[in-house]
Amino acid sequence: MSTKMAYGIFEDEDFVLSAIPKLKEKNFKVTDVISPYPIHGLDHALGLKRTRISICAFLYGATGTSLALLMMWYMNIWDWPMDIGGKPSFNLYKNLPAFIPVMFESTVLCAAHGMAITFFLRSKLLPGVEPHVIDDRMADDRFVMSIEVKDDAEKAAAHAAMKEAGAIYVKN
Amino acid sequence: MHYESELREPLILGDKSLHQITEDVCRPIEGKANKYWWMAFTLASLALLWWIISVSYTLGTGLGVWGLNKTVGWAWDITNFVWWVGIGHAGTLISAILLLFRQKWRLSINRSAEAMTIFAVICAASFIVSHMGRPWVAYWPLPLPNQYGSLWVNFNSPLVWDVFAISTYFSVSLVFWYTGLIPDFAAVRDRAKTKASKFWYTVLSFGWTGTAKNWQRFEEVSLVLAGLSTPLVLSVHSVVSMDFATSLVPGWHTTIFPPYFVAGAIFSGFAMVQTLLIITRKVLNLEDYITIYHIDMMNRIILITGSIVGVAYITEFFIAWYSGVEYEQYAFINRATGPYWWAYWSMMTCNVITPQLFWSGRLRTSLFATFFISVFVNIGMWFERFVIIVTSLHRDYIPSSWTMYSPTWVEVGIFIGSLGLFFVPFLLFTRFFPVIAMSELKTIVKSSSSQAKKKGAHKHEH
Repeated sequence: MSTKMAYGIFEDEDFVLSAIPKLKEKNFKVTDVISPYPIHGLDHALGLKRTRISICAFLYGATGTSLALLMMWYMNIWDWPMDIGGKPSFNLYKNLPAFIPVMFESTVLCAAHGMAITFFLRSKLLPGVEPHVIDDRMADDRFVMSIEVKDDAEKAAAHAAMKEAGAIYVKN
Repeated sequence: MHYESELREPLILGDKSLHQITEDVCRPIEGKANKYWWMAFTLASLALLWWIISVSYTLGTGLGVWGLNKTVGWAWDITNFVWWVGIGHAGTLISAILLLFRQKWRLSINRSAEAMTIFAVICAASFIVSHMGRPWVAYWPLPLPNQYGSLWVNFNSPLVWDVFAISTYFSVSLVFWYTGLIPDFAAVRDRAKTKASKFWYTVLSFGWTGTAKNWQRFEEVSLVLAGLSTPLVLSVHSVVSMDFATSLVPGWHTTIFPPYFVAGAIFSGFAMVQTLLIITRKVLNLEDYITIYHIDMMNRIILITGSIVGVAYITEFFIAWYSGVEYEQYAFINRATGPYWWAYWSMMTCNVITPQLFWSGRLRTSLFATFFISVFVNIGMWFERFVIIVTSLHRDYIPSSWTMYSPTWVEVGIFIGSLGLFFVPFLLFTRFFPVIAMSELKTIVKSSSSQAKKKGAHKHEH
């Protein structure tokens, strides 16, 4: 990587959360915090934007609804209308109630899978991706804060500042 | 920071730290299986073998090897299908509906309950395929172009809805389950000692590290998947019930079927969760995570849904009388007093009377009582489907075609064997997958563990 990183390892979510504003005040660029579980308020502290993944899910879902309706209209109304048990399917409006279950299932199918695939691709999560493991216990009970630095002098300063803010040890 | 009253029962006992949770959850994966696991696995494999033999014989020879006849065309096959799908429902209820209601006690049990869902739906699907008799044409219910016109599938048919409902349910549950597993696989990966386990858990964890952005997306994905799964799970058993309710068979043609089936599904599913977890928590030493409080909460759900099912049985009977339709009345009187009376009364005893014992707090918090009642509920729910299907069919409109049904060894083999089809993957799951969603459970250590409660009590003294 072209940019250098300084890492500080914390042992409690509260210490990390309280350290972020302190370090930001000292003009350090806190880029990320890796944690074993989601921390409430971390995205605000880091200034992350709200994720738009649920908007994607809505769009996938709407696509699923429309495709299912289009398919059933084409197959049962347009291409080959059938009269089964004296209940003809000759127009969409009258058949709509019977089409609701499949429209619903298709909505859920497309929304769920579309969103999951989007999540995996956007977050670069795929089988075979080599993880960048900074600390062996970062998925266990340690919290890794990363600060972007320009040179060695700033890195040393960042390490010192993180230690002061509660990091139990620091890493390159 | 979220504080919780120390009067509320702690959800994690034993003063666990974050690291101890990781240790406790990873121990079964990293250690060796004990002799009980091997005994269970051998038994399950033998059952699976019996399943393979029975299914192969059915598919090789034809459905004639089953006890079905001209009058009773559906029996154990569909009974087992509905039973297994119903069992699956508890997993989705725990992971999706309890997430939306912010019930934190779901966190220690959601992973294994969802695993149960997935394996139960696989068992259910196996009955659909085997009851077709000709599984090589299993693609016929799919809307595919064909050489007959194309003669499309009939989207007015609940059987076609069911194809969509079950396949959506299975694949969405799988995605929901797997997404939750990724951070936990990463935790196992980072601890892995051997090269092989490092490799496999790296593949399974998709390169997860747990950055702030990924967690933010992860939480949003979990929430939206829960929001999608909630109506989905309610729709699945509603559609299953419509396979019956939209027909004109007395005893099936009932408008209360969808809610009644959904309640019954959750009822039997929670019973199965209890049966499985009472053993799992003991064998894997997870008593501090799956506590008596968890067992109690699940028993309350069994009590509520069991009562709904009981009311539904009585309502059905009342409506049969109130409708004034002789055929409907006969179907119900025949259920209770006809040749299958023993099946009907087994169902009534197991499903209506046994769960009422859970009004007693002592029995709700007793492992022994819970285990036996949960087994009774599962037996009762199996009989419910048998009663609905067989007793409604065996005496139809023409008395000359009235008949009895009894299964052959092949059907018995497929049913007992399907328990093997369920337990083999479930036992493998307990050995290779983190059985508790530890990354999610760790979020409540600061508020709901026994340690946090002690700290809170300490603070008040000063």
